[in-house]
Formats: sequence, structure tokens, C-alpha cells
Amino acid sequence: MTDPSRSFRSLRAEAIVLRHSDYGEADRLLTLYTREQGKVRAVAKGARKIASRKAGHLEPFTHVKLQLAKGRDLFIVTQAETINAFMPLRDNLTQTGRAAYVIELFDRFIPDEETANPSLFRLLAETLSRLASETVPWLALRFYEMRLLDFLGFRPQLFECANCQNEIKAEPQFFSASLGGAVCPRCGQGLPGLWPISVDALKHLRHFQRSGFREASRARPAEQTRKEIESIMQGYFTYLLERELNTPGFIKRVNAALSAQSN
Amino acid sequence: MLLPEPILNLINALERLPGIGPKSASRLAFYFLRADESLSSELAEALTGLKAKIAYCSECFNITEAGRELCDVCANPKRDGSIICVLEDALDVLALERTAAYQGRYHVLQGVLNPIEGIGPDDIKIRPLIDRVARGGIREVILATNPSMEGDTTAMYLQQQLRASGVNVTRLARGLPMGGDLEYADQNTLLRALQGRQQMD
Ligand SMILES: [Zn+2]
Ligand SMILES: [Zn+2]
Repeated sequence: MTDPSRSFRSLRAEAIVLRHSDYGEADRLLTLYTREQGKVRAVAKGARKIASRKAGHLEPFTHVKLQLAKGRDLFIVTQAETINAFMPLRDNLTQTGRAAYVIELFDRFIPDEETANPSLFRLLAETLSRLASETVPWLALRFYEMRLLDFLGFRPQLFECANCQNEIKAEPQFFSASLGGAVCPRCGQGLPGLWPISVDALKHLRHFQRSGFREASRARPAEQTRKEIESIMQGYFTYLLERELNTPGFIKRVNAALSAQSN
Repeated sequence: MLLPEPILNLINALERLPGIGPKSASRLAFYFLRADESLSSELAEALTGLKAKIAYCSECFNITEAGRELCDVCANPKRDGSIICVLEDALDVLALERTAAYQGRYHVLQGVLNPIEGIGPDDIKIRPLIDRVARGGIREVILATNPSMEGDTTAMYLQQQLRASGVNVTRLARGLPMGGDLEYADQNTLLRALQGRQQMD
């Protein structure tokens, strides 16, 4: 089987830089999510040299226009031009932490195969852009998580009990990561590994699942509900990933150190 | 083709080095096979006990010879102990020393914060730097981590951690590289260069 797109020696692509690591003498190995080819790895030659013209365009979280050449195993970046550097994401630790969380989730869940998914690309670009500009970063993150679950095929079932399929009523319920959704109080009695979920949290999750971002961003959940939603979503992702995410722990440790210092 | 075990062992070991893939590893291994025996023995000797022969400076975490408490810079009374330049690793010390213009001391973090990899403040030498500044006698801390997402994250964290100490915290200037062309500068570099512009006199 030959994929016709692979026969191109060179291609233009729009990409978000997910990660970079040192490679060879002065090169960087990039993990990119491209609109045209999905997730690919590419080498940016000489990108660690201070005088590199490309390096500044290829930092993580950057939305960039690229010219890629097909090397023996990896793509080689031959040209790079920033579309949006999302500068506000680099201004402070909180913002960098949020962007890192978005990228980590994406990188861990989206496999390394070269299949294009332009709507997934758009979700990532829009999320970074919202974090860089909107005044509601919390909502941008939750909205992103919900859409990402849709793409991954793990859309949580929030309207019928994930166990007995009866309609979920407006009363406190449970959430089951293994069943992938809300579980009614009756089923909840006999099942292990459930997290309680409040009516308010469930209501907001349903809202994020059904609405576009503009509508979703009008929601103003109380602080307690926010925390509840955040920990349920993170628990769900951790379950799906079968391991802890690094960024939430990093943010917690950094915040702890900073608040200890200000006391 | 199945290779003899000694050469396979060498290929496997070489493959674990950064930037070396399976093909380069095989190429290097076969090079050793063809080259003079002295190449292998000198390399083996250099590697044997390398870690045991090297120690870290108790003041700045730069590398030094085993058995020594301080590195060359910290042991030199002519160096200005009131200025600390904070670097990611010991190779960066060499780069700064090559300028022969910096007369202060260093602090080597031995790494950099990385949220996605989960490398946090306790995983690198941040605490000893804070303690060192808290002991007093420091005028200025120059943050010279790399101009990258991870280097900037580390610098922002250190700036916040050092704020309470009252010392002057500076960051290495970021600007346009020598011989460069504005046309090719990225937004990030250009914006910082604009922010860091200097009076001509
Ligand atoms: Zn049920
Ligand atoms: Zn030292």
C-alpha cells in the first residue's frame, strides 16, 4: 500500500509546535501537529545555534507556516514563518502552565500517524488562541477537554446512566471513568470506583458538551463547581491514559512553592 | 544478518546516546572495528570511572575534579562573589568564560523546568540558589537560562522566588543575532529586541 502523499519530496504545512528536544550537534527534533499530515516529527537543523533564523519560529505553542522536505526517516524543516507566537502564553507561569496542559493532553492522546484531521487542528489552534486572548481561560480549557474527548471517541455519556441507560434526573449522581459517563444513584450503590458528581457540575458538563464555545463561555460556575469539574475531567483523562499527566502536578508544585514564599 | 554479540552490545550502548540513531550507532561500531586498537582503549579509559573522577562544586554546582570542594571559579578570590549568573548546565559556564568579560560567579541549575516532562523546581538546583542568595552578600542575579519555552519558564519562576530577597534580578538581553536580517526575525525575537532597545551614545 502506498500513500500518495508520501511520494511528495516537499510539502507546505501549517503546524502547531507541540514539543522540541535537542538532537544531534545543534539541531532540534520537533513534534508537530500539522493541518495537512497530522502529527509528524521533523528536524530543524541548526536550530540551537543563536544565529538560527528558524529557531524563534519553532518554539512550543507556536502556530507556524512551514516548508518540509522528506528526509530518509524524518521531515526536515526548510522554511518557517510564524503565524501566531501566542506571546501572552509566554508572559507568566500560569499562562505557560495552561498552554503546557493543552499540549500535553494533545501529545499524549493523539497518535503518531500521518493522517490529517483539520478540525482537530483547528480545535488546538483555537484553544491556544483563546488562552492567549480570552478572559475565561478556565472555560477555554474545559471546552477543549470536552471536544478532545469527542475526537478521541471517549465522549462521556451524560444524559442516560452509563450502566442502566435510564434517563439521568436532576439529582446528585456518580461519574464512572470506566463506564465513560454519569451513573444513576441506584446503579451507583453496587459499583466500585465511582466519583460523586453534583447536579451543578453535571449540568455544566452537559452544557459544554452540547454548545459551541461562544455559548459555553457564558457559563459562570461557582468556584466549588469549577474545582469539581476540573478534578473529574482530570481523573477521566488519567484513567484513559493509564498514567498521571505531568503538567497538573507541575502547576501544583510551582504554585505551592510560590505561595510558601509569599507567606 | 545476525551480528556477533560484542558488536551488538556496542551498537546498543551507542544507540542510547543523544542524537544517535540505529544507523549512526552501527556505523560508529564498525568504525571502531576497523580503526586502530588504541582508539578503543583510549576511549574506554576515558569513560572508565568518569563519574567517580568528577564532582560538583558545593557552592555553584559547576563540575570540578573529585576531591575538590569548589570549582575553579568559586575558588578564585578575584571573582566578584556579589554577582551570580544562573545557567542551565556546565557547558554554558564554558561559553561565558570564553567571553573573558564576566567577572562574577555562577550557579548551574543542572537542568531546566519543563511542565510537559514534569520537571519541577525540586528536580533541579533551585533550592541551593535561593539559599545562597538568602545568606546575603549578593547584589545581582543574572538569569541566563536559554531563550526557549523551558528557559523562560525557569527564569519566570526564579524571578518570583527571588523577589522577596530584594536582590537585583536581571535576564540576559534577547535580541537580533549578529549578521541577521530583520526580514527573517520571528515575532518573539523582534518584540523582545524592541523592548530591550538601548540608547545610542
Ligand atoms: Zn443506572
Ligand atoms: Zn563553583
